[in-house]
Amino acid sequence: MGQSIRDKVAIIGMGCSKFGERWDSDATDLMVEAAYEAYEDAGIDPKDIEAAWLGTVQSGMTGQPAAAALKLDYVPITRVENACCTATDAFRNAVYAVAAGVHDIVLAIGVEKLKDTGWTGLGGFGLPGSSMVEANTPPPVQFALAATRYSYHYKIPMDELKRTLARIAVKNHKNGALNPKAHFQKEIKLEQALRAPMVAYPLGLFDCCGVSDGGAAAILTTPELAKKFRDDYVLVKGIGMAVGGQQGMLQDDYDFVHFEENVRASQMAYKEAGIKDPLEEIDHAMVHDCFTITELIITEDLGFAPRGKGPECHETGMFDKDGQLAINVDGGLKCFGHPIGASGIRMIYEVYKQLQGKAGPRQRKNPKLGLTHNLGGRPGSFTCTVAIFGR
Amino acid sequence: MVGITSYGAYIPIWRLAREVISKEWGFPGAPGEKAVANFDEDSLTMGVAAALDCLNGFDRTSIDGAFFATTTSPFLERQAAVTMAAATDLRRDILTSDFSDSLRAGTQAMRAAADAVKAGTAKSVLVAAADTRMPPPRSQFEMLFGDAAAAVIIGDKDVAVEIQGFHTMYHEISDVWRANKDDFVKAWEDRFVIEEGFLRAFNEAVADCMKKYKCKPADFAKIVSYAPDYRWHTQLAKRLKIDESQLQDGLFGFVGLTGCAHPLLMLVGALESAKPGDKILLISYGNGIDIFILQVTEHIEKIRSRKGLSGHLMPKRNMPDYATYAQWRGIVSAEAAARRPASAPPSSSALWRERDRILRLHGGKCKNCGTLQYPPQRVCTRCRGKDNFETVRFSDKKAKLFTYSLDYIAGSMDVPLAVCIVNFEGGGRMLCTMTDRDVSEIQVDMPLEMSFRRVNTIAGVPNYFWKCIPVRS
Repeated sequence: MGQSIRDKVAIIGMGCSKFGERWDSDATDLMVEAAYEAYEDAGIDPKDIEAAWLGTVQSGMTGQPAAAALKLDYVPITRVENACCTATDAFRNAVYAVAAGVHDIVLAIGVEKLKDTGWTGLGGFGLPGSSMVEANTPPPVQFALAATRYSYHYKIPMDELKRTLARIAVKNHKNGALNPKAHFQKEIKLEQALRAPMVAYPLGLFDCCGVSDGGAAAILTTPELAKKFRDDYVLVKGIGMAVGGQQGMLQDDYDFVHFEENVRASQMAYKEAGIKDPLEEIDHAMVHDCFTITELIITEDLGFAPRGKGPECHETGMFDKDGQLAINVDGGLKCFGHPIGASGIRMIYEVYKQLQGKAGPRQRKNPKLGLTHNLGGRPGSFTCTVAIFGR
Repeated sequence: MVGITSYGAYIPIWRLAREVISKEWGFPGAPGEKAVANFDEDSLTMGVAAALDCLNGFDRTSIDGAFFATTTSPFLERQAAVTMAAATDLRRDILTSDFSDSLRAGTQAMRAAADAVKAGTAKSVLVAAADTRMPPPRSQFEMLFGDAAAAVIIGDKDVAVEIQGFHTMYHEISDVWRANKDDFVKAWEDRFVIEEGFLRAFNEAVADCMKKYKCKPADFAKIVSYAPDYRWHTQLAKRLKIDESQLQDGLFGFVGLTGCAHPLLMLVGALESAKPGDKILLISYGNGIDIFILQVTEHIEKIRSRKGLSGHLMPKRNMPDYATYAQWRGIVSAEAAARRPASAPPSSSALWRERDRILRLHGGKCKNCGTLQYPPQRVCTRCRGKDNFETVRFSDKKAKLFTYSLDYIAGSMDVPLAVCIVNFEGGGRMLCTMTDRDVSEIQVDMPLEMSFRRVNTIAGVPNYFWKCIPVRS
């Protein structure tokens, strides 16, 4: 067993582009927007970047798009793709390079230009050379399978579950309304969410996150060097990652009401960070609310709510902005949309600002630990990353 | 003696009331309804369904021939019988042939199968006939044509229906036809088609056959005969001087005229109520006449457990409107309104490599830990045993719905698309879509069965796979 990553790497600067339908911006614009905010925040010169990790799913191949956009001068750049965990995995690899002592200052940058694909949802990832006999089942359909089963498994009438899910959407929209970088900055009403057109039964329009363009960047260094740049640097406390191998699709006893990859990744991260009781110790969590049902299940998988009690816990308001553990205080994927290669670092951006006390109207009181969580794939087989940050 | 050792049928669950057609075009009302293949069905998938009904209880490894008859093959060059043989999970060292271009294709395939068995080149030949003929919109054919399939196994052991005689005659005439580039069936004027086409050939061939076998129509318990429409079918009894009860129902009222499957489908209907010893005269027409003299044996009682014709008449579902029919049959494009980039075609090499798991729906059962897995794996998902599996066929397993969702956005046809996690009886699960469903009846735990369907037709090239359907009974 290797060592924990706890307190070995510091974030000294971060940037995040405005997320949204950026028809007039390409991936280069989004990377420049995010990276230069991060440079300025860190107080570094682009020349100081010794290596970079570029996370993108479909907005470019190799590390070259980042080199070309930012004019990085023949430094090593690795392009990372790991579905919805792409950004966090790019960040994770950058973290390990710093911890290994190979580089002093590195850049982790994630970007996605989704709105050029012509798809209203996610699309255009078809791998070449497929037999194409299986139905095209976009993400809402896949996650709706979990919602249907959740209602059946816990004997919660669908109308009731839909209200809980709508409440999650209302909460995240309320938070997003306070975030100038979010795609959607509008509160919604519960009835509005319940009345919305169906996308993939039982999930309606407001159960689904948007489709957006965006970029986000982080500058990492060692805690020792970090002190030269700023006092309020943020430390990586733990990173967990779990990758599924279709177990839930191949093994007919998989229940569709929990995501095992969430459990494994979070336990790994908690162990590294020394967290015993996540609900008590973690102040806020940016989790992968691609769909409201996903957030509900994540709440249980990450140990914030007992099994089957996620709905009750959400109803108490304990995950609201001023609750015991704020979930998606920045508005989440619900309000930012999900430019896949950028989302994970966008989440870290909020945690970073929260821990520095710079989250403006969304600021939590004296946060000690913040968490980010990404989940890519479908119920039955996911890639999951969980990262924990503190001061 | 050579004869029929099993029978089966398939009628799509969907019915289009003739009222709907006449209302659409401003015709006077018309009685009855016709069976319509779902958007994901074609002659090949219906042929497979009839073949599976026919194979019920049969050792599939005993079949050494698969003949497929249709005038509406999905391909002009590429044998449909081969895909049917694979989908029904038959051995590979068997005879395969397509019979086409004539409404007699079904009976001609049956004749060829009987000849092969007689000659000893095969012991047991599966014959399936299916058609989805395209009538011109706003025509009488549109009222008349239905979609269906029927199948028989021809062999010489445990014969349930002996083939005691056969007569044939060709009739060179351009009465009803469809040329290479035609989308719709064409015909010359009615009176010519009927009088110089069907009736002339029918009268001549039946008379010759009766003379040849020294019998008369009244000798037969049932006469199963093609006729160009309902009116002419009802007149056959008079023409043949038989009691109306001896004439097997022509299926015009609730199925329609089902192309080259029609004589076999009617025959299945006759066999369902036939008693040992009954003599049956089977007559098909299409550029000539084929006549079979058949006699039912006591073995008929052993092959009753088929859905057959009667098992496919109910339950049924009514198509709501002509627009749906027009989309299913490609008269109106469903794709045109799709707001997404076009798909790339599937890879032929990937389809070939995965052929057994796609067409035969083969999965694996780990010999070490017993876990059933679909699709087949190299390394066991549970115990990591490597390359240690026995083949399991999932296509004929009963299943239950574990969970589902309804996609209202992605598709342009069959909205909402029912996407299902299906758990098979005895183990194993797969993700697939549900077809022939009524959205309001879908619920977790509902019993399901698998059905072979056409998926993903891209650039006119159909692709085939299995879907689940609510158990049809």
